[in-house]
Amino acid sequence: MKLITAIIKPFKLDDVREALTQLGIQGLTISEVRGFGRQKGQTEIYRGAEYYVSLVAKVKIEVAISDSLVPEVLEAITNAARTGRIGDGKIMVTPLEHIIRIRTGESGEGAL
Amino acid sequence: MQAVSAGDTAWMLTSTALVIMMTIPGLALFYAGMVRRKNVLSTMVQSFGICCIASLIWMICGYSLAFSTGTSWIGGTTRFFLNGLADHFHNGLDSAFVLGEGSAEPVTMTIPESVFLTFQMSFSIIAPAIITGAFAERIKFSALCLFTVLWGILVYAPVAHWVWSPDGWIAGLGAVDFAGGTVVHINAGIAGLVCAIMIGKRTGFKRKDLSPHNLAYAIIGAALLWVGWFGFNAGSAFGANGRAGLAMLTTQIAAASGGVSWMLLEWWYNKKPTALGIISGAVSGLVGITPAAGFVLPSGALWIGLISGAVCFGSVSIAKRKLGYDDSLDAFGIHGVGGIVGAVLTGVLAYGPLSATKANPEGTIGGLKQLISQVETVGVVIIWCVVMTAVIVFCIDRTIGMRVTRDEELEGLDMTQHGERLN
Repeated sequence: MKLITAIIKPFKLDDVREALTQLGIQGLTISEVRGFGRQKGQTEIYRGAEYYVSLVAKVKIEVAISDSLVPEVLEAITNAARTGRIGDGKIMVTPLEHIIRIRTGESGEGAL
Repeated sequence: MQAVSAGDTAWMLTSTALVIMMTIPGLALFYAGMVRRKNVLSTMVQSFGICCIASLIWMICGYSLAFSTGTSWIGGTTRFFLNGLADHFHNGLDSAFVLGEGSAEPVTMTIPESVFLTFQMSFSIIAPAIITGAFAERIKFSALCLFTVLWGILVYAPVAHWVWSPDGWIAGLGAVDFAGGTVVHINAGIAGLVCAIMIGKRTGFKRKDLSPHNLAYAIIGAALLWVGWFGFNAGSAFGANGRAGLAMLTTQIAAASGGVSWMLLEWWYNKKPTALGIISGAVSGLVGITPAAGFVLPSGALWIGLISGAVCFGSVSIAKRKLGYDDSLDAFGIHGVGGIVGAVLTGVLAYGPLSATKANPEGTIGGLKQLISQVETVGVVIIWCVVMTAVIVFCIDRTIGMRVTRDEELEGLDMTQHGERLN
């Protein structure tokens, strides 16, 4: 099992969710986060004055999947979240040791 | 006893309420939307507090110093605490007010003095409230209260007397200011610039993100300012008449053309027409037309709006950045600069028949003579305002201090000055 963590542009969330749903993903977790990457923040202009916003608003998606789904999920997120402009985000894959579904007590892949 | 006109009085009562609305909530929201979240309450309460303090100053001494007959430099002290107001009433009826009674050129109005002085009070409120935009996010509230008292007495009241009282010396030069381009906007804008320079920049200026927290507030505030400005300008006709109608029309045209002017320039210069830009342009147009509202035709208003919007855009977006002062919310960049543009253009675009009277059959006509009078007035107001504001700021700074500490500034004025915050 793997935990896929994707940091994406907020307005791309619906596209990514739709792409993952089409793959049969049963659930995911969304957080509104702020941070920076190579973009090092962004500049906004108000009345001609430039304000440097060092932490940019992003959305973090976390989804737990079986190992077999990893390539498809990575491709789906990459395609759905890509604009081609700086700040499209990152996808991280981490090994998942154990999962428990609280309601039924199921564990492991059965809890996905 | 001269009778009052019910129609004129009704319009002036309405105008007074509209001008109060410009400050609370108009200016309060306009400014509060442009500051950071931790300074929203303090920014709004600055306008509200000034509304309270300036009203009392006007009652205690400001009105007497500005509008009672005295010397050409300052009014008298006979009307302190509005002394004598009760003498006008006979059998429950008030008589019409005579401005400059006892002077060489008294003006008999068609409204009671109570209405005239409350209308003028609303102007004395918005002027210091405009200044708060220059030192937003770093001023000590106690210092602001003291500044409001001193500035109202030492700067606003004398300039109002010079320009608007029949025995004022600037009025004698032939300069005109229909609704307060010099008295309110140049005065407040220049004072704002002096304050911004003397108090210093905000911590993190040009380094940290000081961007507006909620421009929706600013848009609502600007819209309230626009509507209230009909009271400001059309009310300055002091009657429900054709000149008030024309002032309302020129106000609308200048606001619209100011908004369009700023929007187009910004679109070209920064690649996007911003919400803050469009509303700033409209306010610039409104400031520009203020001295001219009852003196120019609609075509003149169009030019004033276009030019004010463009010049204020240049001042705020280009000049301020290059010069490096922190006039946080552009009290000078919009009110000071727009007021100067409007006052000068009044001398160019004034159409005589609008202001012609039996005593002055030609009226105020745009031309070199009038332009010189206008420029002289602007210069005098700037000099007086710079000197007196600097003295006031210096004295307050040396006694109780003008500015909060660095830590208080970083924590925000809402908590440190008022012990409250937005949840």
